[in-house]
Amino acid sequence: MKTKIKTCLNGIKKPLLITLILFIICGLIYPLIMTGISQLFFPYQANGSLIEVDGKVVGSELIGQDFTEDYYMKCRPSAIDYNTYTEEQIDSGEYTGVSSGSDNLAPTNPELVERVENDINEFLKKNPNISKEDIPTDLMTASGSGLDPHISPESAQVQLDALVIATGLSLETLSEIVENNTVGKGFGIFGESTVNVFGVNLEIAKLMGKI
Amino acid sequence: MFQILVTLAIYMLIVIPMGIYLFKVATYKKTFADPVFNRIDNAIYKIGGIDIKKGMNWKKYVCSLLITNFIMMIIGYIILRVQSLPIFNPNGIENMEASLSLNTIISFMTNTNLQHYAGESSLSNLSQMAVITFMMFVSAASGYAVCVAFVRGLTGKDKWNMGNFYSDLVRIITRILLPLSIAVCLFLVWQGVPQTFSGNITATTIEGTFQDIALGPVATLEAIKHIGTNGGGFFGANSATPFENPTIWSNLAELFSMMILPGACVVMFGKMVSKPKVIKPKDLKKKSRMEIFGGEGKTVFTAMSTIFIVGLVVCFFAEMAGNPLLGEAGLSQAMGSMEGKEVRFGVSQSALFTTTTTSFTTGTVNNMHDTLTPLGGFVAMLHMMLNLVFGGKGVGLMNMVIYVLLTVFICGLMIGRTPEYLGKKVEGKEMKLVALSIIIHPLLILGFTAIAVSTQAGMSAVSNDGFHGLSQILYEFSSSAANNGSGFEGLADNNLFWNITTALAMFFGRYAAIIIQMAIAGSLMSKQRVNETVGTLQTNTMTFTISLVVIIYIFAALTFFPVLCLGPVAEHLVLWA
Repeated sequence: MKTKIKTCLNGIKKPLLITLILFIICGLIYPLIMTGISQLFFPYQANGSLIEVDGKVVGSELIGQDFTEDYYMKCRPSAIDYNTYTEEQIDSGEYTGVSSGSDNLAPTNPELVERVENDINEFLKKNPNISKEDIPTDLMTASGSGLDPHISPESAQVQLDALVIATGLSLETLSEIVENNTVGKGFGIFGESTVNVFGVNLEIAKLMGKI
Repeated sequence: MFQILVTLAIYMLIVIPMGIYLFKVATYKKTFADPVFNRIDNAIYKIGGIDIKKGMNWKKYVCSLLITNFIMMIIGYIILRVQSLPIFNPNGIENMEASLSLNTIISFMTNTNLQHYAGESSLSNLSQMAVITFMMFVSAASGYAVCVAFVRGLTGKDKWNMGNFYSDLVRIITRILLPLSIAVCLFLVWQGVPQTFSGNITATTIEGTFQDIALGPVATLEAIKHIGTNGGGFFGANSATPFENPTIWSNLAELFSMMILPGACVVMFGKMVSKPKVIKPKDLKKKSRMEIFGGEGKTVFTAMSTIFIVGLVVCFFAEMAGNPLLGEAGLSQAMGSMEGKEVRFGVSQSALFTTTTTSFTTGTVNNMHDTLTPLGGFVAMLHMMLNLVFGGKGVGLMNMVIYVLLTVFICGLMIGRTPEYLGKKVEGKEMKLVALSIIIHPLLILGFTAIAVSTQAGMSAVSNDGFHGLSQILYEFSSSAANNGSGFEGLADNNLFWNITTALAMFFGRYAAIIIQMAIAGSLMSKQRVNETVGTLQTNTMTFTISLVVIIYIFAALTFFPVLCLGPVAEHLVLWA
């Protein structure tokens, strides 16, 4: 019996030691060292590409926000409202904590059609110069992450007329702002052209003296 | 469409050198990096008391794998259950519940990475590193180790020696996974993936509201997540989240990371099984170009690529066609189906990512699969059901070889020749094991799906009614059994029923398959090599490749066609009616 236990213990000695060594290398040393290197060489990115105004964090360059004011450009719909919330929403339990994702509505789900129809009607009300067919697909559909900071250049374009009225800025200025925040396809081949809505709104806010 | 072609062309350029390197590591040949790695490895062997010269037969090899994986599971389970301790836990995350912990630990040890939790709210930074990141390394390395041993078995240079599991495990991590991860990690951080130990940040927006921004050691996890074809995200929305995949460049890096090793594995396989030939000096150049894949490797690579391309084309055009119901509602569908997709990736990179992640069994997603068009989702499901279109961490190659054996057998019967593969006779014993190995996968998927649709606990999780509801259930079990890990995420799957059933599917989908396949290799290994004659069925010809692809599709159709008709196909017909 005793010898049996002994051989058994000997049998798990190697796998146990190997597990511990790999645990330390892969689970601890690797992330710790890489954090050190990243913080040293890419401190801005490694800490979340945060944008500060007057020393206060107003958001991240890479994360969209739920903009509601008429004088700000709108992001795509988000199931989680981009993790933006007010104090009332915490008190009422409407905001339950940081998350990501979409409502996962199937293409055949009637709720999807209903949501899109409502959003279209609301958009047309606020942008009376735009006809229904001119609304680009991405502006009325939710992103996968619920945090997409981008819209397509077409989606930025259709919002400009209403923004001119709401912001009091000229069409040229707004077009220039959009231009500044547009990134084309990588090498002209990869990905899609995008407009960073957060970047656009920061510039609008600056010009309007809001920040 | 053009960008997809360019992406795949670049892939073909990088996969070959990687395959050659993999081959050198697997066969203990000299490489340029030996002076560094030999020292590291020897130190590890010394501490672990491992004698690398001590070979193992297939039983010993599998046993070592099982014991090691079991110990890793126990360590991981304990950490998840006590993660509320204030060690690397800046956000005050609670301990994980028991059935969810079990599911999570099996999920990550089997390289599935099915997630019934959302990372940002359910895991401490310690768990993200010491459980998730750690397991991503070792589960991938375990898979590759088994694959290398399997191929050694097929080549049969030795009657019983399949190599040393511990040595393979360590070498794959130190020489392949870790260096690649470090490089990819730095690239991702440069592109904007966070890597920090600080807690979440609350920003005050320019509208005066608040925004929570989740941070953590994301980049280190993200790198190995793709290189090891693991796929479990740091955040709930996985690689769709801007912090996991901020730009088109990070997207390409992640794509290549998950494609390179499974493809390289096939190159390695081709080189390992190809017989050394006497080459005349004047043919040297021509020959060496031909020998990149080796004949057998080319058969497998071509078959895999063909199925991959067919799937990709269907998925791309299905997504490009958009959603006719939204079209009727008045929304232009010119950009394709954009619900659940990110603007920076668009339909092209999303369709490519979806097909890749399900073919290479990674399970990472850069768009939500639940919102894919029915045919797009069909491709994703089909590739997980096949589980051999490259496949993850070596396992796909093993599954493919099983189908090669089957094809050899069927073709042999048709033309009246003794089935042989790589100079070994394929006989009754092997064919029984092959049949068993092929039946497990559909049995797990269809069996559990049947249980789920016939119970209240299973049906209550469905979030989309009608045909799509069946697709949600079917997808979940296909993903579990294929050790993929992606999901139709609308499914409310964090409860006892789903945690246990998917854990079982993942467990048997991984280990039962590995044991049977190693038994086949072990059996072939011990056989006498037979000489090639005119009567031998050539397995490195175009005819054979075509037969292989056809047989794979026929078997998939026989097993899965009825259920696919009730799910995605029916939904497609309703959508476009």
